[in-house]
Order: sequence, then C-alpha cells, then structure tokens
Amino acid sequence: MLEDEEIILESVDLNIWFGSNQAIKDVDLKIAKNNITAIIGPSGCGKSTFLRALNRMNDVIPICSTEGEVRYQGKNIYSPDEDVVELRKKVGMVFQKPNPFPKSIYENIAYGPKIHGIKNKSKLDAIVEDTLKAAALWEEIEDRLHASAMGLSGGQQQRLCIARAMAVKPEIILMDEPCSALDPISTAKIEDLMIELKKDYTVVIVTHNMMQAARVSDYTAYFLLGELIEYEVTSYLFEYPKDKRTEDYITGRFG
Amino acid sequence: MNPHLKQQMYFTLFRLTGLVSFGILILILIYIINLGAGVISFNFLTSMWANRDITTGGIYPAIVGTFYLGVGVAFFSVPVGIACAIYLNEYAGHSLVIRMIRLAIRNLAGVPSIVYGLFGLVVFVQMLQLGTSIIAASLTLSGMTVPWVITSSEEALKTVPQSFRDGALALGATKWQAVRGNVLPYAASGMITGSIIGLARAMGETAPIIVVGATFYMRGLPDSPFDKFMALPYHLFILATQHVHPQAQAYAAGTALVLVALIFSMTFVAMFVRYRFRKRKDW
Repeated sequence: MLEDEEIILESVDLNIWFGSNQAIKDVDLKIAKNNITAIIGPSGCGKSTFLRALNRMNDVIPICSTEGEVRYQGKNIYSPDEDVVELRKKVGMVFQKPNPFPKSIYENIAYGPKIHGIKNKSKLDAIVEDTLKAAALWEEIEDRLHASAMGLSGGQQQRLCIARAMAVKPEIILMDEPCSALDPISTAKIEDLMIELKKDYTVVIVTHNMMQAARVSDYTAYFLLGELIEYEVTSYLFEYPKDKRTEDYITGRFG
Repeated sequence: MNPHLKQQMYFTLFRLTGLVSFGILILILIYIINLGAGVISFNFLTSMWANRDITTGGIYPAIVGTFYLGVGVAFFSVPVGIACAIYLNEYAGHSLVIRMIRLAIRNLAGVPSIVYGLFGLVVFVQMLQLGTSIIAASLTLSGMTVPWVITSSEEALKTVPQSFRDGALALGATKWQAVRGNVLPYAASGMITGSIIGLARAMGETAPIIVVGATFYMRGLPDSPFDKFMALPYHLFILATQHVHPQAQAYAAGTALVLVALIFSMTFVAMFVRYRFRKRKDW
C-alpha cells in the first residue's frame, strides 16, 4: 500500500496549460521509491505532459505553463531557486522514440558523466562497461563500442538510451512510452530491464499498453482528459477498478 | 483538354525554364571565355598592374585585394552571424523584441548594396576614422553578409532534431552543453556552406567598395588593413567602362573570368563540405 512506501516524488495541485488549453487539472499523485509507477490513459489524456512535468522537460516548450507543485524529496522543483540541471541529473528521462546521439555507443554512455565533470579515461571506461552490463546490453555490443549507435536495432537503441540515463546515476527514471516503437521481443527485454532497475531506481512509465502496465508496474494511475481518475496498487486497479471510467478503459469498452 | 496532355504541356514548360537558367550561365561563360581567355597568362595573374600599357602588366594586386577582403569579411561576419543564429534559434524564444530582431535581419538582407556602401562611408570611414581602407570595406561588406550567414546558419540549426537537445537536457546538461555537444557539430556543415556562399557574394560586390576604399591603381600591394586596395570587381568595372586602351574590353573579360573562377571554386568547396557531411550523416 502507498501509505507504507517512502514517497520520493509528489505532485500537488498540478495544473498545466498549453496556451489556453488545459492539459493537466489539479493532479495530486505520490510516487513510491523503488517502485514502478505506470501512468495509463487514452491518447491526449495528458499522461506524457504529466511525466515531463516531473523533471521540468516541459520547460523547453515555449507555450507551456505550469502551476502547483512537484516535490522531489519534499522540495518543490518549480520554486525559483531550483537548479533544473541538477534536478534532471537526479530525475532522468527516456523518450518515446529512441534518440541515441549520432555518436559511438561508448560516447552515448559517456556523454552524461563527461558533462558532469568525469574526464578520467579509465573511470569512463568503467562506467560504460558497468552501465551497459546493468542494462543487459553489454554482451550484444561489447565488440563494437566505438561503432555508431545509429547502427543498432530500435530495441537496442532504446536500451542504450536507458543505459545512457543510468550512467549519470539518477534516482528516478521517467519513461515516456518507451516501447511504443518496438517489437514484442524488444519490448519484453525492456520490461525485464525495468524490473531489474527497481532495485536501484524509481521508475515512472507512461504507457499505451495496459498489459504492459499490468505486467511491470506496482502502482498504476489512470488519467482521462487531464484528470487523475484513479490511482491504486496495480493489481487492485485492474481487478477492482473503483471508478466506472477506469473500468470502461481497462475492459476495452473505451480508448 | 486531356489531363495527360495538360500535364505534359506544363512539365515541358517547367523543363524549359530550367534549361533557360542553365543556358544563361553557359552563355555568360562562353562570352567571357571567348573574349577574355586570350589575355589569361602567367604574367596576367602574377604581375603588378601596368596602367600605361595594360598588356604588359597583370591583375595580381586585384586578386590579392579581393582575397584580403574575403579574409576580412570572414573574420567579421562569420563569428557574428553564427553567434547570432545560435542565440535566435536556441535561446531567444518568441517575444516581441525577438520578432522585431528577426524582421530586421530579413530586411537587412534586402538592403541594396550601395546603401551599405554609403553607411560604411559615414560610419567606418568617417566616424570611426578607419579611412578608405581594407578594414572599412571588410566591415561594410560584413554588414551585408551577416544577415546571410544568420539566415543560413539558423536553417542549419533547425535541421538538427529536437530530440538531440532533449536527450542531452534530460541527462542534466545545461542548454549550452546541449547546443555545443549535440547541436553545433551537426549544424556545422550547413553553417560553413552558408557562410562560404555569403562570402563569395561579398567578394563579387562592386558598388559598396567603390565608396569605402577600392582603388583602380596602386603602385604596390597594401601594407596594412588601413591601406587602400585594388579588387577584381572594381577593376573589371573600370576596365569595361572607363579605360581608353583598345584592349580594355578583353582585359575586363579576363578579369571577369578570374573573378568567376574564384567564386565558382568557393561554391565547389561549399558543395564538397556538404557532400562530405552527407556521407557521414547517419541520422
């Protein structure tokens, strides 16, 4: 139960607008540490917008404005003295479309540690190897670390992006529909990886795929038209949805 | 009318317009080669200008002058243009002030070159007391080139996917780190090619440099950036319109040939840069 968990991240009265269009309405949501929280809902329900609010990636969208609070370890990340760069180091993100940098596999992983000041070659080598091993990618690519990341398959690229996020040692990894562009086998590999990640990280995943939410997550939030409709332990939500709208969605009557 | 026939008619028409523009280029080349190739010689390219008997001298000082001008314009306009493009595309946002700046840049690109010349005369030559000189001319032409460099550099920055920036930002990169490491390397070739083309145009300009420092005849090469200079386009202009020597037309065409060859070779360099980059680009 959520009451027994340590809360690492929490939104309070969160409202987000794109211009005059409200995308998120009064959302309060607590994210439990070392768990996987899934956010589900139909297209356009605001789930990606909500996720991007958690590490202020919405800041790059000029017309987006945010009200309310997101508290990371109790502190509001939207307060004026917040260091966004430091925040994103702690709250990483994996995007819907795999977006490896057009550099070598090695350089992709080393990029984050490098910008945070690690220059020592053997240290970087160690980080690259450890991270790729933790992301279960090492065996597939150890002999072509210096080849372009663009030559990897879509699934490998996405795991590389997860590894890249892990390389800066965040506490939380946000994933925005990370499998929507991938085949079922690649998807299964990423789901295994997510469950593995839980030991060291807190994962928040937005997904279109209800089965995926049911398979991997501990908690599930159902969003509809920018509102948080229901938030429960995943197995409860899928078996005993309290709200009629949640039931309609998960039983496939809608969405 | 039968739609197929109609289509054929239009495409034939469009093809003709393509051929016309190609034809104009060919005609220009034939004309200047025909008239000017005869005067091209080692002596013509490497000797000082002999004003009494133009057949004994060469256009070396004009080539040097135009080269200096190119270096000067590159030095002033490329860094400013690229920096401005980075600011506008990566940092500036969409406020009213920024929109005004953009509008100003677009308009700047359309200001006639002679107006730049006049501006250069007042500001660089007289107010800043640089005199009629290479440096005044370089600054004047840079003013003209900067909007070009800005526009092409901004286009180059726009072709870099937003996901490259987002990926870096999500790892805790600052905006500058993201731009420096994940945007500029992929926009560089576009910026360079755009700058070279802008530079080539500047080096072919005549009107503004007449006003701010080009001269038809100098005894030696310029010794410093504050000297006057000879330049290919101005040299060609005087030969074609004001020189009394019976061979002047041919020598004008020869000068034109050298100028065109110079501009073309710069364009080829730009094309080569772009080609090399395309081959390496894997995104």
